[in-house]
Amino acid sequence: MSRATNGSGVAITRVERPARPSAVSNALVFGWRAVLKFKHVPEQLFDLVMTPIMFTLLFTFVFGGALAGSATDYLQYFLPGILVQTVAFNSVYSGMGLSTDLGKGLFDRFRSLPIWPLAPFAGLMVGDVLRHLIAGAIILTIGLLLGYRPENGVLGIVAGFGLLVAIGFGMGWVFIVLGLLIRTPTTVMTVGFTFLFPLVFASNVMVEPETMPGWLQAFVAVNPISLMATAMRGLLGGGATAAEVGLALLAPLVSTVVLAPTTLWLYLRR
Amino acid sequence: MNERPSPAASRLAAGATPAVSARGLTKRFGELVAVDGIDLEVPRGMIFAILGPNGAGKTTLMRMLATLAEPDTGEASIMGHDLVGEPDEVRGAIAMTGQFASLDEDLTGRENLVLLARLWGFRGRAARERADALLHEFDLAEAATRQVKAYSGGMRRRLDIAASLVVTPSVLFLDEPTTGLDPKARQGVWRMIRGLAEAGVTILLTTQYLEEADQLASRIAVIDHGRKIAEGTSRELKAATGSGFLHVTLGDPGQMHEVTRRLERMLRSQVQQSPEGGIVSTPVASAVEASEVVAALVAAGVDVSGFSMGSPSLEEVFFALTGEMGEADDTQGGDRT
Repeated sequence: MSRATNGSGVAITRVERPARPSAVSNALVFGWRAVLKFKHVPEQLFDLVMTPIMFTLLFTFVFGGALAGSATDYLQYFLPGILVQTVAFNSVYSGMGLSTDLGKGLFDRFRSLPIWPLAPFAGLMVGDVLRHLIAGAIILTIGLLLGYRPENGVLGIVAGFGLLVAIGFGMGWVFIVLGLLIRTPTTVMTVGFTFLFPLVFASNVMVEPETMPGWLQAFVAVNPISLMATAMRGLLGGGATAAEVGLALLAPLVSTVVLAPTTLWLYLRR
Repeated sequence: MNERPSPAASRLAAGATPAVSARGLTKRFGELVAVDGIDLEVPRGMIFAILGPNGAGKTTLMRMLATLAEPDTGEASIMGHDLVGEPDEVRGAIAMTGQFASLDEDLTGRENLVLLARLWGFRGRAARERADALLHEFDLAEAATRQVKAYSGGMRRRLDIAASLVVTPSVLFLDEPTTGLDPKARQGVWRMIRGLAEAGVTILLTTQYLEEADQLASRIAVIDHGRKIAEGTSRELKAATGSGFLHVTLGDPGQMHEVTRRLERMLRSQVQQSPEGGIVSTPVASAVEASEVVAALVAAGVDVSGFSMGSPSLEEVFFALTGEMGEADDTQGGDRT
């Protein structure tokens, strides 16, 4: 180890590069960064859970009686849907975070390092999954307090949360791509919600589609959000078929297969 | 941590390949040719400055060399690794500190460095020790557990440079390392850069401060409008513009335009006017030529109230090369970014 001292008495020590870490190790480091963000920016958890709590309470007590006869009956229908909706909406924040990061020099540093190029995004996903699990747990707890009964028990809840993570993963790529394409975080949010609101409301998340016009029913039937909500109801409440779960997983799967390479291409385009 | 050859030894081995070698690098953004056919050769262990006004193409050139932007045409190698063909090898040999702090503002200084140390492959305790060593070296130990958003500009810049040194790079790119810093913080960064050069790191820096290039760099490339318009040591650049500048103070500032025309005719060189002091300045080849010029002006009836001759400052060199003052660029609204 050679040392050279500069005028200020600061010693610059030459340090060699250790053995190159694996792609997984790189990704986990970025996951650790996401966890640190929770520690340093706890207010993001507030954004994360307040909207779904509000939605759950408002829909249950304001519309519940009119839609399903009683608030408790409606909750039985609505709670699995609000879980899907929450994951979809929370993905928007992840895209905003990425857009903010890209606006600074931080990603230039990451890009000039000899690491797995997708690692920063894998790390974002780790943060997303944690967020979805936290938000999901809070909503489920509130649901249970209000009288929601998951008939399938603990196994059903575990399976449901597994589906939730898969949905979040697939949705995450959409907003990572938006975050890469759009350089203003607020525009990411506007575009994100413009795209998500019709998708979430024109689905079976809040009401059965029977009273909707035929053309809308046709859309609701193939809307991936509907497919996800249906599978979630089945997993938590009982009666889920393999076909339903498979259909719910289709959109996340397609999104990952198409958008992960797109992400890499957009990111490395220089 | 392995042994590396001492700086002296690496200088001896420098005959092999230069640290940075570029030929005809070009980058276009739509209509704008940001970098227009630049050749560059930086020997190992040198501090090399790229000097130019805002929007000259300095940052784009740097980003291409740091694998952040792909050249449209031309080729370059860093430590013998081809920029386009072997980007990963290049990334293993370089580090870049951009113009805007490349740090996570929400994390603490220490967490930022631990994050990078882990990405480089230091594990667990080794990563933390590497971070602490850097914090100590850069006089940031006391701020280690504070979030970066609470750092001052100087501290942020120090941490940003420290972040580039988690593994000692062979080549360090510094894009305008002292822009926006107060004079004291600037001196600190200069000391740090000299210390790194002593440790054998090749440093390529961009600057729009002529003084900075003059103070730090062994060689300077002057670029403007994406082209390299001159290169050499500070001394060579000064010599290239003639032996010095002649400054003539006019007793009657009303004669300024007439004198300017006369000088341009006589010397066929650019003349700079400073109307406030009634001074005209122009590069001259020698003291003899300067005295002839002054005599000719007096003979023509010009009211010369004083004259002086100075070795050109780098600023005057820059003026002579580009036809505009380097640091006056902002006030002229000449931002061409």
